[in-house]
Amino acid sequence: MMRIPPAALIGLFFTGLYFFGAVFAQWIAPYSMTEIVGDVWEPSSAKHWLGTDNIGRDLLSRMIYGGQTTIFIATAATILSFTTGSILGFTAAVVGGWIDQALSRFVDLIMSIPTLIFALVVLSVMPVTLFMLIMVMGLLDSTRVYRLARAVAVDINVMDFVEAAKLRGEGNRWIIFREILPNALSPLVAEMGLRFIFAVLFVSTLSFLGLGVQPPNADWGGIVKENKDGIVYGIPAALVPAIAIATLAISVNLVADWVLNRTTSLKGGRG
Amino acid sequence: MSDTLLKVKDLKIGAKIYPPGEKPKDIEIVHGVSFELEKGKVLGLIGESGAGKSTIGLASMAYGRGGVEITGGEVWVNGREILHTNLRDLRRLRGMEVTYVSQSAAASFNPAKKIMEQVVEASLHAGKFSKKAAEARARELFAKLGLPDPDNIGERYPHQVSGGQLQRCMTALALCPEPDLVVFDEPTTALDVTTQIDVLMAIKEAIRDTGVAALYITHDLAVVAQVSDEIMVLKMGDMVEYGTTDQIINHPQEEYTRDLVSVRSTQHDGKPPTDNPVLRVENVTARYKGTNFDVLHNVVMDLHPGQTLAVVGESGSGKSTTARVITGLLPPRDGNIVFDGRELSPDLEGRTREDLRELQMIYQMADVAMNPRQTVGTIIGRPLEFYFGMRGAEKRKRIIELLDEIELGVEFMDRYPAELSGGQKQRVCIARALAAKPKVIICDEVTSALDPLVADGILKLLENLQKIEDVAYLFITHDLATVKAIADSIAVMYQGKVVRYGTKAEVLSPPFDDYTDLLLSSVPEMRLGWLEEVIENRKMESAGN
Amino acid sequence: MHPILKLVAQRLALSTLLLLAASVLIFAGTTILPGDVAQNILGQSATPESLANLRKELGLDQSATARYFNWLGGVLQGDLGTALTNGRDIADSLGGRLKNTLFLAFSAAVVAVPLAIFLGLLAVRYRERWPDKLISAVTLASISVPEFLIGYVLMFYIGVQLGWAPTVSTIYDSMSLGEKLSAIVLPVTVLTMVVLAHMMRMTRAAILNVMQSAYIETAELKGLTGFQVIARHAFPNAIAPVVNVVMLNLAYLVVGVVVVEVVFVYPGMGQYLVDHVAKRDVPVVQACGLIFAAVYIGLNMVADIVSILANPRLRHPK
Repeated sequence: MMRIPPAALIGLFFTGLYFFGAVFAQWIAPYSMTEIVGDVWEPSSAKHWLGTDNIGRDLLSRMIYGGQTTIFIATAATILSFTTGSILGFTAAVVGGWIDQALSRFVDLIMSIPTLIFALVVLSVMPVTLFMLIMVMGLLDSTRVYRLARAVAVDINVMDFVEAAKLRGEGNRWIIFREILPNALSPLVAEMGLRFIFAVLFVSTLSFLGLGVQPPNADWGGIVKENKDGIVYGIPAALVPAIAIATLAISVNLVADWVLNRTTSLKGGRG
Repeated sequence: MSDTLLKVKDLKIGAKIYPPGEKPKDIEIVHGVSFELEKGKVLGLIGESGAGKSTIGLASMAYGRGGVEITGGEVWVNGREILHTNLRDLRRLRGMEVTYVSQSAAASFNPAKKIMEQVVEASLHAGKFSKKAAEARARELFAKLGLPDPDNIGERYPHQVSGGQLQRCMTALALCPEPDLVVFDEPTTALDVTTQIDVLMAIKEAIRDTGVAALYITHDLAVVAQVSDEIMVLKMGDMVEYGTTDQIINHPQEEYTRDLVSVRSTQHDGKPPTDNPVLRVENVTARYKGTNFDVLHNVVMDLHPGQTLAVVGESGSGKSTTARVITGLLPPRDGNIVFDGRELSPDLEGRTREDLRELQMIYQMADVAMNPRQTVGTIIGRPLEFYFGMRGAEKRKRIIELLDEIELGVEFMDRYPAELSGGQKQRVCIARALAAKPKVIICDEVTSALDPLVADGILKLLENLQKIEDVAYLFITHDLATVKAIADSIAVMYQGKVVRYGTKAEVLSPPFDDYTDLLLSSVPEMRLGWLEEVIENRKMESAGN
Repeated sequence: MHPILKLVAQRLALSTLLLLAASVLIFAGTTILPGDVAQNILGQSATPESLANLRKELGLDQSATARYFNWLGGVLQGDLGTALTNGRDIADSLGGRLKNTLFLAFSAAVVAVPLAIFLGLLAVRYRERWPDKLISAVTLASISVPEFLIGYVLMFYIGVQLGWAPTVSTIYDSMSLGEKLSAIVLPVTVLTMVVLAHMMRMTRAAILNVMQSAYIETAELKGLTGFQVIARHAFPNAIAPVVNVVMLNLAYLVVGVVVVEVVFVYPGMGQYLVDHVAKRDVPVVQACGLIFAAVYIGLNMVADIVSILANPRLRHPK
């Protein structure tokens, strides 16, 4: 068993904590999401650990429910972008020919428009629902996963051991799942961490701009938006969710880094 | 002694290595090596990979590459100790007194600058020559090294001249500041054999004419025998034997040296062809997709059961392309592949599993020919499973048999390729090919990436297995010594054509065509004075013409 | 024709084609997607008459292709259409805002680019030592932090608690350059921090890549000093990758600007775009999207062309 470096431990702890909070939000949160329980922007107290928000709701409870929304959307979008992107990327690399050309040129086109701008354009005419958000984020982000998966698979596909498998007469399934995938796993897992972080930042940004999760529901980005006016009066409530986003992102990053190092240094690792 | 130019005393060199998943470790890679070099003499440093020869060469300039650090001993150049000197003196030494020629001139020239600018840079920097004088000297060296158009070649950029020419430019770069010592680090290893001899001749003449001393580093004893006065044999950072070239080549004392000298001197008695070749290449013409020129023109060759056909040629001759056509990876434009009397489908998709099983392949780079995430057992076991449906104990038994045939024990079954040495990797690849019980194995440069002694072991193994398994080899190589050691018949390829083809005796006996003659006469032979003979012969020939 | 000119011409043609395709995509994204656009814009409570009016205004009675070419024809003549929400000409409203956005992005670039290159060099110079490690830790942190967090933290501490800089970056045409600059101190700082990390890390990688080449070793073995090695041998080969890095990050800056403008209520294009997305003002969104895409594609093209121009193999063909 390998020793876990302290940085990864910290990352694991916080990632675990946030996910725990997200899964069990309904049982942990001291108050309801929408109930007004105090004055506007009360400072932190024994009753309200993080104080209250811009209309007097318990900030801690909103943070816990908001985390659930943020993490749910980001996870779903990551899964969507990952499955779509890597399946298409591997297929393009192994099959090649016009399928590869068509997919790659289409992805080039999507990527020629900044993701945020493209999302704003699409969301300007679409009903903003959770499902829509996940679809738009997941599909836009799958272009990045596609690029990486294809590049990694193309690199592996020209290696002699893949040629040897083809000469043996192995089918595409064996080649993708037994020859290519095991060797592509570590860059892909590390990328998954980065894509998740990106999804967290992206949904928070959209909600902050008022184009993501709609009130009275809120994710962390939305809570920043609700409380941002307090900043100019010296009330730091808006910083709480912003810091939560940052710590979640950093801890996932630490974990992803560790996973990447660990899998590449396994017995039989490449290089 | 006043004539001593370079004195190395008890030199110890360490390096930092980064084992995966562990903390960086310091290891010693050279364990106390001593030698002396007189003015104007050439010392050959020879050894296999990991012997520490390049590291010692660079240490004579007080330079450590990457994480390499000189940890002990003394290095004296022109009566000055240089390991503990200040940086300013060291820079002067590097530019003016000791210079360096690397294996890859292509990487060692700055791609953004003209050749001349780089050749004269050190002389100008040290203020040894004026710009005009330095450039005149460079042009003189270009001419001496036999470069075409010596007056203008300096105005070109590195990518605008060929590999062999650039290697000579690098020699000019090293000789330009009139140094006392040049370190040649495998200067001809990356070149084709017919180019190698030109560069070797140029280097030899330049050393003789300028009276410079040299450290000549190489893994090829036959090459170093041609240029050096003394030879030091190194193994794993230790000196094995040190003596005059005559002593080392003709009267080696140590067993290791004797092995190096006698490597590949084994001869294989060619067998006569049978009536029914197992593999026929019939008039194959091929080109790569998206290009408009043929890389193979009407290639014809036969391989007989249980025999070895060597396909020999330099880079770009089309020998590996021929293998791709035979395996079905590159369908030919014209011509057929006939296997065991039946015509094979031109492309891979059209071949039956039985076709594929009977024709196996072994690659040059065993490292990338095996999936790094599979164990040796999985790698060898897959063909058994795939072609014969073997499972469980039966499969395991057969894997152990195969491991035994390649002289590896059962304990290798659970190892990953990264845990094997270069020779062991290639053995596993051989076992994987044998597992299919093929009639023909294509061996694509299977020994070129290996050290000579390891390569020798692989050749002997292949020879033995041929007798046991009655398998035929199509042996692709650029190395004529290998060809002599294993072939029954030979096809010489040049620019996509078979220029000479027949039994070994036929192909290797005169009269020769021009290319085969050039090729045969370019292979360094393990005896003193060989290079001079070739230079003489070629001069006479060109005078006669 | 010199092969370089040919390659550059190819890049130009390709980028034009890409921009055209992007315009199709932006147009398609706002029109061909499932659902009734008019219904989505007005919401469930819309009356049939207002729906019909909006459809007519959007030209929904025509085919999508016809509408696209009308729109594209207009754009090519500088006519971006009129906003649905206030009926004003989009080109007029955009002009000043585009200028403001470019001013903000340019100011950030002026600070960030030299700083990033300097810090990148520093990281290379002290590789694997503490300055390098510090820089990579900061990089890790900064790619994990949303722009608006940096914005609000700065606003809270520097703007509100210390009172060193204005918290809201309103600028007018009548302000002097100095006044404008002091108004945008905070957003410029945020943008700099956002792109700095990426730019620095990529610069470090690009220079390291060059420094590990064999020709650097050759230069060292010629007895050149450390500075000479860098100036004569590393620098000429590092220009192209570094310029490439800078261009890619400026493209990234274009997107960062949207959020930062909203945080600091800065009258630029980003804020204009976000406002009108919320109001579902399709023509404005299309126009802004197209301009952002054009800038992005343009910068990527410049990066490509610089790499071509700097490649000695292409500049001096055989």
